Amino acid sequence: MKVLSSFLFVMMLMTSAPAQAFCGFYVAKADADLFNEASKVVLARHEDRTVITMANDYKGEVSEFAIVVPVPTIIKKSQVNIADSKIIDHLDAYSAPRLVEYYDSDPCQMVMRREMMMSAAPMAVMEDAAGASSAKALGVTIEESYTVGEYDILILSAEQSDGLFQWLNQEGYKLPDGAEKVLRSYIKQEMKFFVAKVNLDEFDKSGYTFLRPISVAYEHEKFMLPIRLGTLNAKGPQDLILMTITKKGRVEPTNYRTVKIPTGEDIPLFVADEFGDFYKAMFEKQAREEDYKAVFLEYAWDMAWCDPCAADPVPPEDLRKLGAWWIEDTPEIQPLPRPMPGQPPRVMPQIMPVPAPVNSFITRMHMRYTGESFPEDIMLQVTDDRENFQGRYVMRHPFTGEAKCEAATDYFETLPERFEREAKTLANLTGWKIADIRTKMRDGGQPFDIQPKVDERPWWEQMWNE
Amino acid sequence: MGAVIRPVGTFLFTDARHLQIATLSSLLLFLLFFHDFAPDIKVVFMTVLSALIAQIFFCWVFIFNHRDAEAQSFYLKKLRVSVPLWLIKTDFRSPFITSLSLCLLLKANALWVFPLAALAAIGSKFLIRHKDKHIFNPANFAIVAGLIVFPDLVWVSPGQWGADIWLGFALAAAAVLVLSTARRGDMALLFLGFWGALLLGRALWLGDPLEIPLHQFQSGALLIFAFFMISDPKTTPDHLLGRVMFAAATALLAFTLQFEFQVREALFYALFATCVSVPFIDSVLKAKTYQWGNA
Repeated sequence: MKVLSSFLFVMMLMTSAPAQAFCGFYVAKADADLFNEASKVVLARHEDRTVITMANDYKGEVSEFAIVVPVPTIIKKSQVNIADSKIIDHLDAYSAPRLVEYYDSDPCQMVMRREMMMSAAPMAVMEDAAGASSAKALGVTIEESYTVGEYDILILSAEQSDGLFQWLNQEGYKLPDGAEKVLRSYIKQEMKFFVAKVNLDEFDKSGYTFLRPISVAYEHEKFMLPIRLGTLNAKGPQDLILMTITKKGRVEPTNYRTVKIPTGEDIPLFVADEFGDFYKAMFEKQAREEDYKAVFLEYAWDMAWCDPCAADPVPPEDLRKLGAWWIEDTPEIQPLPRPMPGQPPRVMPQIMPVPAPVNSFITRMHMRYTGESFPEDIMLQVTDDRENFQGRYVMRHPFTGEAKCEAATDYFETLPERFEREAKTLANLTGWKIADIRTKMRDGGQPFDIQPKVDERPWWEQMWNE
Repeated sequence: MGAVIRPVGTFLFTDARHLQIATLSSLLLFLLFFHDFAPDIKVVFMTVLSALIAQIFFCWVFIFNHRDAEAQSFYLKKLRVSVPLWLIKTDFRSPFITSLSLCLLLKANALWVFPLAALAAIGSKFLIRHKDKHIFNPANFAIVAGLIVFPDLVWVSPGQWGADIWLGFALAAAAVLVLSTARRGDMALLFLGFWGALLLGRALWLGDPLEIPLHQFQSGALLIFAFFMISDPKTTPDHLLGRVMFAAATALLAFTLQFEFQVREALFYALFATCVSVPFIDSVLKAKTYQWGNA
């Protein structure tokens, strides 16, 4: 029996992408699996045209893989495309919450400031599918049937949910309890069903060891994400990362509240080694405080530039592949990056020599929900909001060199207070115990009794052996 | 303690609009402090100020027979301030409510849209009239005009508040309804009744669990719409039967737009359309026109 995980699928694993080197400085890897049971979806939308790409990190037997996705129209073969998972990973890494690193300058003399960053880029997946036979008798119409890449795809319409339910079960798809009711609701809303499973011959021929993402393009005024089948068999809250590409601006749900993820906070240095854990703990705390009823905004940015960039901007041809049909092929030269408000000016220029796409805006939303907290499908709208937002956390390295001027004394006096503030911020964000945080800070280069390094050599050695 | 509170209390209860202003301002203040997508404070100032200036301007141009001018001059007399008669006759409460509603609902990525919207709202009240009543609810007019004229600048975020704020606001709005004993309080309830019935009917037809219509009902935009827009006594039919028809028609149209045509701003478009029918309803079903402050 195929285990049907629903739209938007349930069993998604999110692993974090390797940390991205920033401006030549490589910091660390957040290589822990960040979020379990997360799905990752890319939606490109302009006017009535929608392209939905469902990424897939399915780890089980490919023969067990199947998805059922309600779609508003019949999907023909040419409307389905196999997407390159690398592009989605790229977009994911580009839009993921980021950790930025600053070095305090020598309080006695200005020294070059460097920044580095890395991303907590989570990845994801999907599953599920169908077959054909006594369909007609059960009131199920197979509108289309074709194979694209390694997937056998059926587009079904049905008159009765019990027929569809029965037929899918006959074909070996194990639908969760309560699915029949939800199917009935979708049938009455004149939705069709996109059912995909893996064609093993094609999969072997393809030479891939993983299932590639499926993109589906359609033209319909409905702009929504059907999540109801997915909440039926979920154990506990599930995660969905929704990345949208639009021409106009930020995408928001119209029937759920959008909350910005906390951003711009100064956090202790040791978090660099456990950025994945930090983000995971923080996200869980925020989601729980909202009773899992909110959609968190993690990134909203004009694709023409980024600052700092968690990864190189996604090139226009790749955005086109993900459904941004309005982007012209002729690349334009990227404008100089503007500094973010509140961000200290950079010493190092970060102009990416990449041709930038114009007129595309990326929104990244992260939701953790249950069937109770998200009873309804997510209705979306494209707004005209082009205000940039990013989930960004800041580490400030204290100056550790020698310093023995008056300014240095003042500087070192302020440090313990600053460390304490960072510890409290981290405790508030994650719910971690403040005592543990303080211990880790002491071990991680932020002792609360920090003193300037003093050169203990005799003065003549200091003078002649510089 | 009664002696201290009474003047404020009496003032609040002399006119339903005082309570409405108090409710809307509290909500706005709450959002400004605790909400991620609250309007910018600049937006609030510009919108409120523009609406008040527009009101003064239009009152100066068309010195209307404001029957509640006396109530205001009472307070001015107490303060021994002498102001020109047309200014005394200017009513500042309605533009205040209009601009607060606009701040709460209208979103735009250009600041200049807000004073323009406030001007359009107040202007519509003075310029688009039939007999003794204006046709459109001013805030609703400005929202629809904004959506149509600047589709690339203006939007409405109906899902912006959480359920907790929704509940608090719903209680406050209901309290205003009861306390103010406004004769036209029925309008909000009529509309919410029809709208709720349609949502419930849809859920029953689809076989959806009741959490879904309940969740759809928990929209902040719906509350502002019901309690502060469609219930505007100046733009609703005078006769009770007319109001029942008006509420039903608006709910049905909004429902069709929202679920059949996937229009996210369905409520506002629907009211815009049905408001045009009010003069016809009034000419068939005759009743006394509502006057503010006479509740």
